[in-house]
Amino acid sequence: MSLATSLVMSFDPRFHEAFSRLPDYLGNHVLVSVTALAIGLAISLPLAILATRHRYLQNAILGFASVVQTIPGLALLALFYPLLLALSSLTEDVFGTGFSALGFLPSVLALALYSMLPVLRNTVTGILGINPAVKEATLGAGMTPGQALAMVELPLALPVIMAGIRTAAVWVIGTATLATPVGQTSLGNYIFTGLQTQNWVFVIFGCAAAAALALAVDQLLALMENGVSMRKRGRVLAGGAGIALIVAAAIAPVVARPEAAYVVGAKNFTEQYILESLIEGRLRAAGLTATGRDGLGSSVIFDALKAGDIDVYVEYSGTLWANEMKRSEAKPREQVLAEVKKWLAEKYGIVMLGDLGFENAYSLAMPRKKAEALGIKSISDLARVAPRLSIAGDYEFFGRPEWKAIQSKYGLSFRERRVMQPEFMYPAADNGEVDVISAYTSEGRVKQYDLVVLDDPQHAIPPYDAIVLLSPKRADDRKLINALKPLLGKIPIDLMREANLRADGEGGKSSTGQIANWLWQQIEKTKK
Amino acid sequence: MAVKNAIELDRVSKIYNTNASALDTVSLAVPEGEFLAIVGPSGSGKTTLLRLINRLAEATGGSVRVNGADVLAADPIRLRRSIGYVFQGVGLFPHMTVGENIAITPRLIGWDEAKRRARVEELLALVRLRPETYRGRFPSELSGGERQRVGVARALAAEPKIVLMDEPFGALDALTRDALQRDYRELHEKLSLTTVMITHDLTEAALLADQIAVIQRGKIVEQGTPREIMTAPKNAYVRELVETPKDQAKRLAALMREAP
Repeated sequence: MSLATSLVMSFDPRFHEAFSRLPDYLGNHVLVSVTALAIGLAISLPLAILATRHRYLQNAILGFASVVQTIPGLALLALFYPLLLALSSLTEDVFGTGFSALGFLPSVLALALYSMLPVLRNTVTGILGINPAVKEATLGAGMTPGQALAMVELPLALPVIMAGIRTAAVWVIGTATLATPVGQTSLGNYIFTGLQTQNWVFVIFGCAAAAALALAVDQLLALMENGVSMRKRGRVLAGGAGIALIVAAAIAPVVARPEAAYVVGAKNFTEQYILESLIEGRLRAAGLTATGRDGLGSSVIFDALKAGDIDVYVEYSGTLWANEMKRSEAKPREQVLAEVKKWLAEKYGIVMLGDLGFENAYSLAMPRKKAEALGIKSISDLARVAPRLSIAGDYEFFGRPEWKAIQSKYGLSFRERRVMQPEFMYPAADNGEVDVISAYTSEGRVKQYDLVVLDDPQHAIPPYDAIVLLSPKRADDRKLINALKPLLGKIPIDLMREANLRADGEGGKSSTGQIANWLWQQIEKTKK
Repeated sequence: MAVKNAIELDRVSKIYNTNASALDTVSLAVPEGEFLAIVGPSGSGKTTLLRLINRLAEATGGSVRVNGADVLAADPIRLRRSIGYVFQGVGLFPHMTVGENIAITPRLIGWDEAKRRARVEELLALVRLRPETYRGRFPSELSGGERQRVGVARALAAEPKIVLMDEPFGALDALTRDALQRDYRELHEKLSLTTVMITHDLTEAALLADQIAVIQRGKIVEQGTPREIMTAPKNAYVRELVETPKDQAKRLAALMREAP
């Protein structure tokens, strides 16, 4: 290890954390890639051979594979999730047993599909590219079609087929980083976590690890390809052995490790990563084994909880209220919590353990000094002076029902309305470029820039209380419930903002694990 | 003495969807041990005619019989294994050694390894290639003539009594070609083969074959011994065909007389 990296490592604890996660991420990454590639090959090789025998099939098969390739990797992965979910509920109805539609299965299927085009195309090209005289000779010598394939066509096409397998392997290893949002742990976890928490060490670490893996596999396959075309058995064996070694070394820790008892889910933003870490920490402190599934999409995570693929995660009451319960009217906090709790229990058997004590809602915010100078404490106060002020919102805000409700309930109309990138919104409010901005209430930068979140006396915005949800199968799990109880109601909005700020703030150097530890220390202090 | 026919074509027609290279009610008999050359321009249907015999193509009318049995009733794979096939492209398997190439049909019909090895030695000697030098070489390491010799050896490997040849010596230089022609004719005698050879070169046919059939636009327009064809061609096209080699022979003879 070079002096520079050892220096950075000794200074930056994020490296240490990145390395400690490597066995888990790399192992899962390799496992999902190898399985996908194996399935992809098992399908595309016979399909390609069939395609060489029937011209019309060739167009159909290659056309299909090309269309698959045009679907962005992330979209393809996302597509398999609802597909499998529907299938799972069907098998549950018919056979009484479903399967997990999250994580491994959709990732493997999507990646297998993704791997098909290069193998199909190269196999077809390789076989059709064989000298016609050689093909004529297979017939003249009295070979059956099967013998011609096994003794002549496949051996001759093998270098081209190997080149296709190489391309497929590199694609699959690269695309597997996108399996994180559908719940499959991969090297992409570094990238998704890092992007959200502005942990660039993680992002770079994840990219470098995925690239190194792809490069290593590519070179070993190149060695095999070279051995095949030069008829050097040694090279083929060396390449094969190298790949087998990588796969075995990567998969061993994943397979050998006992299945973690509890799976903690997290969506794809900073606060969720911190809370995931916090919950995992609490479970371990209680002597339970826990593992995380983070970077999940908002609807994916709720479905995963329903199905028991994850055991616990932190949701926001307003999200369920609007997206799952399809309610549009805003009601007071306590009432929404009560209704959500009842609905979850009755509809799915999901337990709402309780709220953490803060809200992460859309809101209107403005610099404290300006608010005090204008005498503004609530949105009603704002309505009086709004025609003289300007407002900025993120890309979504002005299209959301919250904004329409605010406008109609308070009769707000601003002098100017602007759409901004969230990172720029806060400094713009700070330096007076705009007067009011849309903000998430638990956003760390609200604290960083000393903004006030304006009250909403008319309840135009539904409450978004952070609530801890347990999957149906964990409904009566006393160990789990006891481990999480100490968190309930113990995270006030200021504390959550501070924690988010520590992760998101510019130059933030703490990992989510460290922030979660800090957060727990603060919670303990308040107890005493 | 009744001479048995190794190959018989009885009013055979072959019509392709594209209408190209069709055969039109062709009848032909090749007695056992005969060397028949089929001469014709490209597109005349001569390759199609050859491929009907080992059922690489199937007739749309009439019947093709090999050793008295209709080829359509036979298993095409077994039929092809019992007939030697040599063609201009040779089609040696590039990933196999010369020895493996020659032993391919014996391997397909289940000869054991010792028998195959002995056969490879024997055949390499027969086509005048030193077994110890050539056995382990790959086709890419051979000259054109050597390749064609291996092609002949491969065709003879499973001891066929019938050999079909499609322009076998077309791509070779004159010296190699002449040597191979003579060597093959010798093999034909020695192994009592029945040979059908396709060529567009009347001289080659005349110097090598016992019988010549001239084919034009899917029909056999004339058939006879080389002497008959060369000296008394009846068909207009055949007369034209014969003119060139005769003229060349005359000019060559004149050239040599004038030499000091």
